[in-house]
Amino acid sequence: MSESPTTHAHEDFALEQRLGTLLRGGVILSAAVTLIGGVLYLAAHGMAPASYHIFAGEPAGLRTVGGVFAGAARGDAASIIQLGVLLLIATPVARVFISVIGFARERDWMYVACSLIVFGLLCFSLIHGG
Amino acid sequence: MHVLTFTLLTLVGALVAGLVGALTGLGGGVVLVPLLTLGLGVDIRYAIGASLVCVIATSSGAAAAFVREGYTNIRVGMFLEIATTVGALIGTVVAVYVSSSTLAVIFGIVLLFSAAQSMRHRVEHIAVTAPGSLGARLRLASTYPHNGELISYGVEHVPAGFAMMFVAGILSALLGIGSGVVKVLAMDRAMHLPYKVSTTTSNFMIGVTAAASAGVYLHRGYIDPALVMPVVLGVLAGATIGARMLARVQVKPLRMFFTVIMVILACEMLFQGLTKRI
Repeated sequence: MSESPTTHAHEDFALEQRLGTLLRGGVILSAAVTLIGGVLYLAAHGMAPASYHIFAGEPAGLRTVGGVFAGAARGDAASIIQLGVLLLIATPVARVFISVIGFARERDWMYVACSLIVFGLLCFSLIHGG
Repeated sequence: MHVLTFTLLTLVGALVAGLVGALTGLGGGVVLVPLLTLGLGVDIRYAIGASLVCVIATSSGAAAAFVREGYTNIRVGMFLEIATTVGALIGTVVAVYVSSSTLAVIFGIVLLFSAAQSMRHRVEHIAVTAPGSLGARLRLASTYPHNGELISYGVEHVPAGFAMMFVAGILSALLGIGSGVVKVLAMDRAMHLPYKVSTTTSNFMIGVTAAASAGVYLHRGYIDPALVMPVVLGVLAGATIGARMLARVQVKPLRMFFTVIMVILACEMLFQGLTKRI
């Protein structure tokens, strides 16, 4: 234990608090958006027959980040729910991004690199779709 | 069935799954897919999409508390997330070539394995990082709070842990689960991290792992907003209530009961998959 573990732990502590706040905020925000979209959706389609036993795939507008934002801006209920889902998926992605900044402040370049690799993979998945 | 009736049924089922998942610490994700496919007749691809979204919600919610309390080892988490995200992205590619029946069979096997692990006797490790090892070079050693004091611990067998995390990532994407059981196994059994550090760091990693495949599945049209809405809200509500009840509930009999449920669901998934009913 020669390399100053205490200062490391102290700076990690600050990062831990930030990550905790971010994760909680992301979940609450996305749940609120999903709930609003859900109420609107049930008001409009509550009496329609449910059909989830056959896989048809979602319409194109609900499959991309851009499409979801455009639909939500129009006030489309399904798109608003999907916006809540996107916010939820974005929460861990944002957590990784905050980690990049946190490790950069500690000048811990190895972990900046680790976080950047994970961040890149997540962005690739979300924007490009694998 | 009307959308409204279906939504309410799903909401109640998801609430129970979230509640029991939080109380037993076994995670709700592993019972959500069987609940949706066997109980409500949902196509397994929609069920996997919805379950992945829930896994992100519950893991992020719980991680928020654990990270602040100082149990989570964010360096171990960050490093191993390279393996789980790469595994998850490969899992989404594999998923294209696997039939629904095969998925049900794999799911059944993983459920049985999870049930067996939940009954396992726990051994607490305090490892010492060998000088010059990968764990030392990656500065993975840290401390965690225990009975009011900070305990130092080291890390062993990093490559083995990394390989197991890769498998955890593939399974997570393929089945729409958090793969917490495999993640804890990698850190607790292979890398010899303290148990509490293993479970909280696993939980911390689950959100990122699930987000990697959820992005791909969103593009593939697996994520149906009308199905996801009651599932995610139900699971979140259940997990929140569960976390509050935790101090006042006898966890052991509940865990036993939940394990039995997992075995029953596993047999049903295996049966349905092997007879090509799913």
